[in-house]
Amino acid sequence: MTKTLEKVLRKPLTGILISVVIGFLIGTVILLVAGFNPGSAYAAMFRGIFSKPKYISQVIINATPLILTALSVSFAAKTGLFNIGAEGQYIMGTLAAALIGYYVQLPPVIHPIFILLCAMLFGGLWGALAGWLKTKFGIHEVISTIMLNWIALYLNNYILSLPGVKKQGAQASNEILTSARTSILWDWKRSDAGKAWVAEHPVLGDILKTDLHWGILIALVAAVVIWFFLKHTTKGYAMRAVGQNPNASRFAGINVNRNTVQAMFIAGALAALGGAVQIMGTNSFRISVLPSHEGYGWDGLSVSLLAGSNPLGCILSALMFAALKYGSSTMQGDVGAPSEIINIMIGVIVLCIALSSIYPMIADSLKRREEMHA
Amino acid sequence: MLNTIILAVSITLMYSAPLIFSALGGVITQKSGVDNIGIEGMMTFGAFVGAGVGYATGSPWFAFLMGGLAGAALAFVHAFAAITLRASQIISGVALNFIGPGLALFLCRLQFDGATQSVPVSKKMPNVLDLFGISSQSLLNVNITVVIALLLTILMAFFLYKTKWGLRIQACGEHPAAADTLGVNVYAVRYVCCTLSGLLAGLGGASMTLGVVSNFSPSVISGQGFIALAAVIFGKWTPHGAMAACLLFGFAQALVVVLGGSGIPSQLLAMLPYLLTLIVLVLFVGRSEAPKANGKPYVKGER
Repeated sequence: MTKTLEKVLRKPLTGILISVVIGFLIGTVILLVAGFNPGSAYAAMFRGIFSKPKYISQVIINATPLILTALSVSFAAKTGLFNIGAEGQYIMGTLAAALIGYYVQLPPVIHPIFILLCAMLFGGLWGALAGWLKTKFGIHEVISTIMLNWIALYLNNYILSLPGVKKQGAQASNEILTSARTSILWDWKRSDAGKAWVAEHPVLGDILKTDLHWGILIALVAAVVIWFFLKHTTKGYAMRAVGQNPNASRFAGINVNRNTVQAMFIAGALAALGGAVQIMGTNSFRISVLPSHEGYGWDGLSVSLLAGSNPLGCILSALMFAALKYGSSTMQGDVGAPSEIINIMIGVIVLCIALSSIYPMIADSLKRREEMHA
Repeated sequence: MLNTIILAVSITLMYSAPLIFSALGGVITQKSGVDNIGIEGMMTFGAFVGAGVGYATGSPWFAFLMGGLAGAALAFVHAFAAITLRASQIISGVALNFIGPGLALFLCRLQFDGATQSVPVSKKMPNVLDLFGISSQSLLNVNITVVIALLLTILMAFFLYKTKWGLRIQACGEHPAAADTLGVNVYAVRYVCCTLSGLLAGLGGASMTLGVVSNFSPSVISGQGFIALAAVIFGKWTPHGAMAACLLFGFAQALVVVLGGSGIPSQLLAMLPYLLTLIVLVLFVGRSEAPKANGKPYVKGER
């Protein structure tokens, strides 16, 4: 009995699941204290996620950039780096997409691919900058990426303030050209034939009402590629080795500095991919003046922690994360409980994950106690 | 011309005050060896509690204090996670950056019928000259929170460098094992300093909603916590250095207002604190001034 408990406590998944449960428990307590019925609040939330096909579709669309920013954080974590800079790298991706999507004219299909590559280059360099600052000047990546996040934010606002970039009368740029968009059946579903089809097909038609786009496929492919790269390639192995023990890696002949910069490049490219996909796929196809961070990077950090830095796990935890956030608006509308309860719950979950090293410690003490009795 | 200068000075002081509070918090916690990147969240929570209590009670001083205590409560959670449970201080800080604003907006919606903006308080923190009964229209009539922030800086510098308690705090951040062998309770010192950092961040947030503006809104704290963090580094982890950095960053804000669109783009000025901090870090290369044990949990008896 104790043996199984011990084993369970040592599994990384245990800590994650306990954290999620504690998050919901604290959420329940807060709802109770604030005078709401937690049962009906959570019921409303789940209705807001599952009751209509278009809700589920919207959750998937919202999860798409999160998968990519979470992949960015996870990849960095696997290589021993703490990438708090996904937020800024994401912004670089949106900038690249918005500018190249509007100013460069290319045929469809080629245009989005060109944008994706450029965005990855932009974001990759932004990430590599933090890696370079670390290897060259010993500046910890947490500090440098926090600074770079805000520099990226104001760079975004600065570029929007340049003449001609901002659309007249809007606090945003011009929409990207249609050739650059990755929407699915955008024109068709607005045509007469499309409208008729949507009316006839309750499930698929409902899904088509959302901003369906190809981004989720890009995110899924990225997750699998990153998983394969880390697990089954020599380069990926070298990067993980650097993450786990830089000194041993150096001794084994791995260039630690070069790997650090390259790892930050890839992490930055992934986050920027998230930004580009979001701009190319979702209405309104443009960037806006940002008063503060939108939070895709910070959310990606939480998603990655929830996934235990597992690239494939990021898909699932991003979906859960997006679902909770999306469902919370229904909770607010139907029950009146402020949707920010979700942010508190997410914070609690992240905090508990930070604490999850105590479960193996409990397992240790269990083992010790057993040995004493034996 | 003189008026412009006075205007620039008073705006600088006004914007700097919340930053100085929070930066002092950053200094004290990092000096003791606990990293706290959750300052932004603590500021936001303090900003709401200040505005909310100020509206409900009509007493700005009481509200100011409550704002500080609200930040301290969050910091205590961070201290428990970081010191007792030895959790990752960065992750815990990130968590508090979710929890702080989350709680602030949650409570705001409850108190103000679902609005994310609070109703302005009837009485703000007083201005200095009004306090002495001099009804002056002078632009230099700065808010009392500015004076408190400057006084706290002097107090903290004196405390850290001239008292034995201050030296003990520094020992905990530089070499906790050595401090421990001399009978300093490293855990207790770190608990107190980390909680203090939340108190100061909370006061910083409250000085924003009770001194600069008069109500809470979701964007009232947007980045000040991180600027404070930058100021700590920029000021080489000293109270007076951090204060000077905050004044410099506040001055950048004042330039935006005074220059009013002409000349340097405001977005680039807003970028300045972060850019300067990176540049300073690059120039410091090899001789980092950070407390050596900052961010590392202390385990008794471990080498």
